Amino acid sequence: MRDAAAQPEALASQARVILPVAGHGLVFQRGARRILDGVDFEIGGSGTLAIIGPNGAGKSVLARVLAGLIAPTAGHVTWAGTPPDRRRAPKFGFVFQRPVLLRRSALANITYALAIVGVPRAERAGRALDALNRARIAHLARSPASVLSGGERQLLSLARALATEPEILVLDEPTSNLSPAATTAIEALVDEARKAGTRVAMITHDLGQARRLADEVAFVHHGRVVERAPREAFFARPSSAEARAFLRGELVL
Amino acid sequence: MHDFYSAFGEAFRLVVGLDPDLTEIVWLSIRVSFASTCCAALLGLPLGALIAIAKFPGRSVAVVLLNSLMGLPPVVVGLMVYLALSNSGPMGSFALLYTPTAMVIAQTILITPIIAAPTRQTIEDLGQEYDEQLRALGVGPLRAVGTLLWDGRFSLITAFLAGFARATAEVGAVIIVGGNINHVTRVMTTAIALETSKGDLALALGLGMILMIIAIGVNALVVVLRATGARSAYA
Repeated sequence: MRDAAAQPEALASQARVILPVAGHGLVFQRGARRILDGVDFEIGGSGTLAIIGPNGAGKSVLARVLAGLIAPTAGHVTWAGTPPDRRRAPKFGFVFQRPVLLRRSALANITYALAIVGVPRAERAGRALDALNRARIAHLARSPASVLSGGERQLLSLARALATEPEILVLDEPTSNLSPAATTAIEALVDEARKAGTRVAMITHDLGQARRLADEVAFVHHGRVVERAPREAFFARPSSAEARAFLRGELVL
Repeated sequence: MHDFYSAFGEAFRLVVGLDPDLTEIVWLSIRVSFASTCCAALLGLPLGALIAIAKFPGRSVAVVLLNSLMGLPPVVVGLMVYLALSNSGPMGSFALLYTPTAMVIAQTILITPIIAAPTRQTIEDLGQEYDEQLRALGVGPLRAVGTLLWDGRFSLITAFLAGFARATAEVGAVIIVGGNINHVTRVMTTAIALETSKGDLALALGLGMILMIIAIGVNALVVVLRATGARSAYA
């Protein structure tokens, strides 16, 4: 909990190195399939953006392209105006649908991330423990990551992403395989990060989750961002036919 | 039959009584094999990691070649090293033939693929699992290789032990380049071959017992390591 209150000012006072994240004319082609079909997309400002849309719409690919994890077939991505680079990657937090944890203890998974951003050795364990505390899994610090439950693994992966104090946190369906209790824990942690000033973008299939967490919703369909609106407006009166059909539960493909 | 039983009894006395001839041979065997395995690890770990991670044309050929080299015939390696080290060979001036160094060279060549091939497999599998996450964390290529080697350490130590077991049991290469010279290059396997042909079954049997103990010990160590690995963070 240490820096929870101090964080917004700290983040605001620091020069932003990632935000705004912007994709310009993004195309991603895999074989004959065009997964992203000319996307112009910007994430700046603050709050939580929910990215929703049917399976195969291109949400995950869009998130990975914006994170610099995969290169687009055409178009380009910028972080604060310049192309993504490895040095700034720790400030772009990414949480995968299936958490990938190192074969080490929960604590060591976080100290590893801290080492990459150059946190002095003496401070790592303390800060890692803080991160585990915020995720309410400090009691698992010494447990091997491999013996944790699905929910604990995702909490650890989220705690690790937050430990390096990212400007933006992108989550790719982080709760799709989790129990309601684990989902609640993840959502609470994501919302705390948002309140602390981290920009959040969350891919989700769970409309209830989007209603609970999002300030803003982007609707992706057939490789295009079809609609983007504040949460209330989106759910009350979606402007596109695709989004209306999706919300009615008709649009599954 | 009487001979057979008395040879067993005598072998047992040699082992338990730590017979000086026997211990000298065992000690040389262990030193040569350990040195070879260490040299092979120094070459094999980076080589395996490199083939696992680097993308280059002909990579799959390199993988097939590396896996095939695990079955390299020791006598062929012995012959090649013999030719290289013999007086008229390219390295003849170093006068290494029939020395323990020559045996270490031959065994290093034999064991390097035995360590490199499983290293390649381990690092490649782990690399596929970790790749996107490490890049998301901003990990550079050099640190990524270090991470993969560290997180794969239990499998890699197993490969090291397999290499050591192979080295201690190997006879074809060391007898060609070492020459089985008493007090100089006589190791367990070459001594067993010689003593058996001479009819001195006691020493041969005693050394055979120790070879078996080493093999069992190494494999027991592998089991213990696997259990430790499973407890401390291994899936």
